[in-house]
Amino acid sequence: MAQSSQATGGHTSIPALLQRNAQRFADKPAYREKEFGIWQTWTWKDVQREVNNLARGLINLGVNEGDFIAIIGSNRPQLYWSMVAAQSVGAVPVPLYQDSAAEEMAYVLDHCGARFVIAEDQEQVDKVIEIQDRLHQFEHMIYLDPRGLRKYDHSHLHDFRHVQEQGHAARDELTPELERRRAKLDLTSTCVMLYTSGTTGKPKGVVLSNRNIIESAQNSSEFDNLGPGEEILAYLPMAWVGDFIFSVGQAYWTGFCVNCPESAETMMTDLREIGPTYYFAPPRVFETQLTSVMIRMEDASRMKKWLFDTFMAHARKVGPSILDGKPVGFMDRLKYALGNILVYGPLKNTLGFSRVRIGYTAGEAIGPEIFDFYRSLGINLKQLYGQTEATVFITMQPDGEVRSDTVGVPAPGVELKIGDNGEVYYRSPGVFECYYKNPESTADTKDAEGWVATGDAGFIEESSGHLRIIDRAKDVGKMADGRLFAPKYVENKLKFYPNILEAVVFGNGRDRCMAFINIDLSAVGNWAERNNIGYSSYQELAGHPKVLDQIQSHVEEVNRSVAEDPILSGCQIHRFLILHKELDADDGEMTRTRKVRRRIVEDKYSDLITALYDGSERISTRTEVTYEDGRKGYISATLEIRDAAVQPDTTQKMAAE
Amino acid sequence: MNQMSTEGYTTADGRQIGGVLMEMKNITLRFGGVKAITDISFDIREGEIRAIIGPNGAGKSSMLNVISGFYVPQEGEVWFRGAKRPPMKPYQVAQQGIARTFQNIALFEGMSVLDNVMTGRLTHMKTGMVAQAIWKGAAEREEVENREVVEKIIDFLEIQAIRKTPVARLPYGLKKRVELARALAAEPKLLLLDEPMAGMNVEEKEDMSRFILDVNDEFGTTIALIEHDMGVVMDLSDRVVVMDYGKKIGDGTPDEVRNNQAVIDAYLGVAHD
Repeated sequence: MAQSSQATGGHTSIPALLQRNAQRFADKPAYREKEFGIWQTWTWKDVQREVNNLARGLINLGVNEGDFIAIIGSNRPQLYWSMVAAQSVGAVPVPLYQDSAAEEMAYVLDHCGARFVIAEDQEQVDKVIEIQDRLHQFEHMIYLDPRGLRKYDHSHLHDFRHVQEQGHAARDELTPELERRRAKLDLTSTCVMLYTSGTTGKPKGVVLSNRNIIESAQNSSEFDNLGPGEEILAYLPMAWVGDFIFSVGQAYWTGFCVNCPESAETMMTDLREIGPTYYFAPPRVFETQLTSVMIRMEDASRMKKWLFDTFMAHARKVGPSILDGKPVGFMDRLKYALGNILVYGPLKNTLGFSRVRIGYTAGEAIGPEIFDFYRSLGINLKQLYGQTEATVFITMQPDGEVRSDTVGVPAPGVELKIGDNGEVYYRSPGVFECYYKNPESTADTKDAEGWVATGDAGFIEESSGHLRIIDRAKDVGKMADGRLFAPKYVENKLKFYPNILEAVVFGNGRDRCMAFINIDLSAVGNWAERNNIGYSSYQELAGHPKVLDQIQSHVEEVNRSVAEDPILSGCQIHRFLILHKELDADDGEMTRTRKVRRRIVEDKYSDLITALYDGSERISTRTEVTYEDGRKGYISATLEIRDAAVQPDTTQKMAAE
Repeated sequence: MNQMSTEGYTTADGRQIGGVLMEMKNITLRFGGVKAITDISFDIREGEIRAIIGPNGAGKSSMLNVISGFYVPQEGEVWFRGAKRPPMKPYQVAQQGIARTFQNIALFEGMSVLDNVMTGRLTHMKTGMVAQAIWKGAAEREEVENREVVEKIIDFLEIQAIRKTPVARLPYGLKKRVELARALAAEPKLLLLDEPMAGMNVEEKEDMSRFILDVNDEFGTTIALIEHDMGVVMDLSDRVVVMDYGKKIGDGTPDEVRNNQAVIDAYLGVAHD
């Protein structure tokens, strides 16, 4: 404890860091928000004043130490200050997802017993009012935007500015109390509680201490040399641990500036105007941006298109090497520099990435083409692997060791181990305190020695020391000969092809792997149109021999790439078929969030699986489908089964020798 | 309704409505031999949302054009803020504090949303053309002040994302919102909306209704609107004037109007002889 307190420079809480920043970076911008078309700026000194006024206002309203204060809204400086003000008075901020329905909010607000809610606008206020009868401990609500709220009953409703004014007016009486409470905060006190949106069961409240947040922020800032000059755009949900660590943890630790967009719709414009130096986005965002660039290039004049294609080809060849500081020939460098003037520079500017020094993506697998596209432009996009329970960071990619198929080396202070079933465990200063009011789940996740199970299966690559995540641990199995079976790993590789919408790989307990494929009707349909191939339905297109040829070549490419990995080479696909219908949530084959329900698909199409394994060349089948109005019908089809070329298995050979 | 005191009244949702802002007295409007409006009288009170409804060709738009000063009625008087209004040009009416939107959107298609909304501030600008061209001192200050007002309206109507987009590129529903923004930029005493929901889908209608109510609530703007969608009219307005064949056949709260036999006949169709 004493040691840690030294490690964090004696700053044992976020409010303490605010005091430090208000002195050290007094007139440096801390927050910006675009409002009324102009970027409004608050310096660290301003923020200290705002937070103190709000904190005194909260005491004035009767906030006690240990109270929970729910914070609901989009990324606004005032809501970030609310979190720090809550901490300053000894309360625990609980940011909620602003798009959750009233019902979901009811559970969380009731579970943590929040006495106070700070809400952004009428929409959020209405939701809380709707459920307030069921919340026994709820007392007061503070709102930011008074629009539409004028006529509401104000006995328990307060204007944010009014609370601040009251806090300012009572500064003489309340400052000693505020300072007393602030001085009590140490590394063990709770910094924030974040609810995980669990896929199963009710959300769990992850309690993170000041130690978790401050040490994780410090370690990760040092890892990437983050300094007070960074600019970030805060646009991801405030209830997400990543936003808390970037926009609060790291921002307060290093003293950099957090920029809040004007509205969700203006995010892209705001991104371009700010030009962040440090940027995080889930793979989906990068994918959407790339798609929109490609579509616009299709419509560009022939000269521009030629320039783009020529220089992008060159960028793909040498860009990543230049970024990693590897040796590249003089002529190649010259051509890249020219490309930078003509293509890469303007393109990065359009995307808002001109100044990005460090970019991160995480959350799910990112397609190698997408990843390489950004890196070849000279954008230092890296991957990290983390979760709420770890205060984000488990592994990160160091500069110069960036690859699309790994998630990096253990972050500073993190220890990793791989369980017998291949599951990844970690132990770090960021490991969460507990799940609030849920000791059973805490014990299930975190053992006595502090090791936490991630629920993901992976392995550490011996040559590089990088962690590679292959699948959810519960989906990973063994093949008949004992080799690792990781369906999701192969399915993801298949789904990176635009033609393939969905893939389901079978092979658990079997000697070979087989696959069902769903083609992407819009991508393949587009191709069919350009090649004058007529079709009337998904089923007809899916059965077209030329489509099968294409998919076969994709499968064989995937096999080659899977075979490169000795541990996973058993997962190569020997035979596959294209399903005669799209997997659909209405038929129970997928969840509403479009995740395949493996068991159900396996049962429903058992005849197809048998056919894949018994070597037949085609199979006739009849499948029940549910229409959107609930009626049921049948689709009959004869499917062609294709064999895919497989690479010789290196591990087996090695074993044989 | 006629017995209503000059001090105003309180609406069902508890809003306080003020005295008479505009009064139409025995208006008759003729185009050659055609009588578009026959002897119509009604008033619009401060702070209320007043609807004018009626079947096609009832004379609603003509009525709105009389209010906005575009048409000068042959008979009758228009009283605005306690004074009889002499026949005047539309721009003079605008200077008096009456702004409007149009049934068929009338925006400057090539200009950005921001510039379009800025044109709504013209009646508030005092510097001359030369001063504005030089753009120093007073002209610059004035532009900054006006821009501030405009930005608040852009924020209010949630059109920040299209601030710099040329109007021609916008979908219909957004253009309608931009038109409302331009009318609001004039900070009118009375806002005239000519079929604000025409051609919109359900979601766009809901948004627009929300904005109309918010404008009335936040800025206290008096609103007179023409609308076809009965559901919208009944939900939004405090009092409704019903017209048919250029005559007033009903006037009162939505409930009163809904139960008025003449109104029911006009809408459901009764043989006219």
